Amino acid sequence: MKRSPFWNFMFYVFVACILIESIFPFYYAIITSFKSGTDLFNISYWPTSFSLENYRQVLFDGNGSFLQNLWNSLWVSTWTVAVALTLGTTASYALARVRFRGRGLLLMTILAVSMFPQVAVLAGLFETVNSLGLYNTDWSLIFSYTIFTLPFTVWVLTTFMRDLPIELEEAAIVDGASPWIIVTRIFLPLMWPALVTTGLLAFIAAWNEYLYALTFTASSQANRTVPVGIALLSGSTAHEIPWGLIMAASVIVTVPLIFLVLIFQRKIIAGLTAGGVKG
Amino acid sequence: MANISIKNVTKSFGAVKVIKGVDLEIKSGEFMVFVGPSGCGKSTMLRLIAGLEDITSGTIAFEGKVVNALAPSDRGIAMVFQSYALYPHMTVYQNMAFGIKLGGATKEEVEKRVRIAAEMLQLTPYLDRLPKQLSGGQRQRVAIGRAIVRDPKVFLFDEPLSNLDAALRVATRLEIAKLHHSMNNVTMIYVTHDQVEAMTLADRICVLRDGYIEQVGTPLELYEKPNNLFVAGFIGSPKMNFLNGKFAAPYKANSIGVRSEHLEFVAKGGWPGKVIHAEKMGSDTYSFVDLGMTEPAIIRETGTSRHGVDAKVSLAPMKDKVHRFAVDGKSI
Repeated sequence: MKRSPFWNFMFYVFVACILIESIFPFYYAIITSFKSGTDLFNISYWPTSFSLENYRQVLFDGNGSFLQNLWNSLWVSTWTVAVALTLGTTASYALARVRFRGRGLLLMTILAVSMFPQVAVLAGLFETVNSLGLYNTDWSLIFSYTIFTLPFTVWVLTTFMRDLPIELEEAAIVDGASPWIIVTRIFLPLMWPALVTTGLLAFIAAWNEYLYALTFTASSQANRTVPVGIALLSGSTAHEIPWGLIMAASVIVTVPLIFLVLIFQRKIIAGLTAGGVKG
Repeated sequence: MANISIKNVTKSFGAVKVIKGVDLEIKSGEFMVFVGPSGCGKSTMLRLIAGLEDITSGTIAFEGKVVNALAPSDRGIAMVFQSYALYPHMTVYQNMAFGIKLGGATKEEVEKRVRIAAEMLQLTPYLDRLPKQLSGGQRQRVAIGRAIVRDPKVFLFDEPLSNLDAALRVATRLEIAKLHHSMNNVTMIYVTHDQVEAMTLADRICVLRDGYIEQVGTPLELYEKPNNLFVAGFIGSPKMNFLNGKFAAPYKANSIGVRSEHLEFVAKGGWPGKVIHAEKMGSDTYSFVDLGMTEPAIIRETGTSRHGVDAKVSLAPMKDKVHRFAVDGKSI
């Protein structure tokens, strides 16, 4: 089908609208982060000045607390992904392949859990974290983030695992493989695309989370993650909001995510099971 | 090396009874083929023997030892799946070695057994390839190789040829027959819906329908002395001609069956009819003759036929080659 020139033009206008809509905030953050002094308060849509002063201040002033925040974020997000994927894989094997009563109900419950707004369970979670003695530690965040990423992880991995050919599992059973061997040696290598996708989303969610990070580590500066760190950045006086620093910090925080996505998107290849069974 | 005795086995999935009571003795070293139309329970029978499904009631014993509660890997079986079921992320070598490695074989032992199996199946050049880099026939050979490496007492095949094209099917069929000759103490059980595979490979055939065994016997026994209408119609190609009513009356039967090679054209007498089509195969000609029944009768002649389409002909069965059936379908 051939579009008329008018609709062809409109198509690209529409694409441009989407592009601007999604990229502009980030673009504005970047150019703002390079401004300093009073330049910050001149609204302009093109880069007018270039200075790395904001980056220097964020990274090296304030006794390296921002670097500590970065490290905390990395630590918390990585553990969240590791725990969520480990539990998610084993749980999804059971949900996809083991016949038991109430399996459908359990799956629906898992999905329903992920629909609660964060703030609704905040109070209850706070009590739990407190009674487990995790308050003001990294583990409070790893614990609560895992709760919120796990339903999604389990749901996606279950769907994916259900689509893996049953004969593969049966061949492994005849070969004498236990369920653990089947999951780790047969299914995991085939599930990389799903693992990468869910792992990445879990990582991003944990990396950007603010509400729990603020609540559970409020009084411990050493355990703050980056979003909280940025929010609590203060200027030279109480009345000044340090936009330059905030923007520089935001850019620094976003870059690792972009790199992660770029690295792993190459790994997300379709057709990993090609050739094993008839296709 | 194992005789298998199946006693009064049933299998239900929920309320659906799939196997409704099967008794069968499979001799050690025998090539037994389960054949039947789809849904007859033949694959389920194989999976029960393999241990991939639990038996609802009855017993299965290998060499007199009941294996009902034994895991598949402890039964001394190996299985070749219809869809190959190769591990896609492992090379041919790793695919074949996986099972015996899990079984705790030493590295040298694994290496030796994989090499022997690969040699047997001409897979040696492909040992480092992934399944996706192989053709369908090669993949199926790897699946067979994986089974050989396990050195099983019982070899199970679940429609192993149905994903291959016609030429490859004949070639692989030959491979399997050769395999059976070279491993003549290994019991083989082979499931197929294709009666040609059954006839060509089997020592004995077990015809199943609706969860029951219809007949067990050597291919020629089934061909020459079918127990009932179903077996008579299922075994043999083209299908046996069935006639009833006035055709069957002189034979004192409800219906009669005559195979296409046991019909001949006669000058007078016999059953009058008209040729509606002729399939010329070169070596044989199959003529379809309308005798006034719902289906035309098929008659085989060697070489070419004297009768063209629309010719008025007369057919008669050869003496003693008529199968007679009672009202309930049983042979008389």
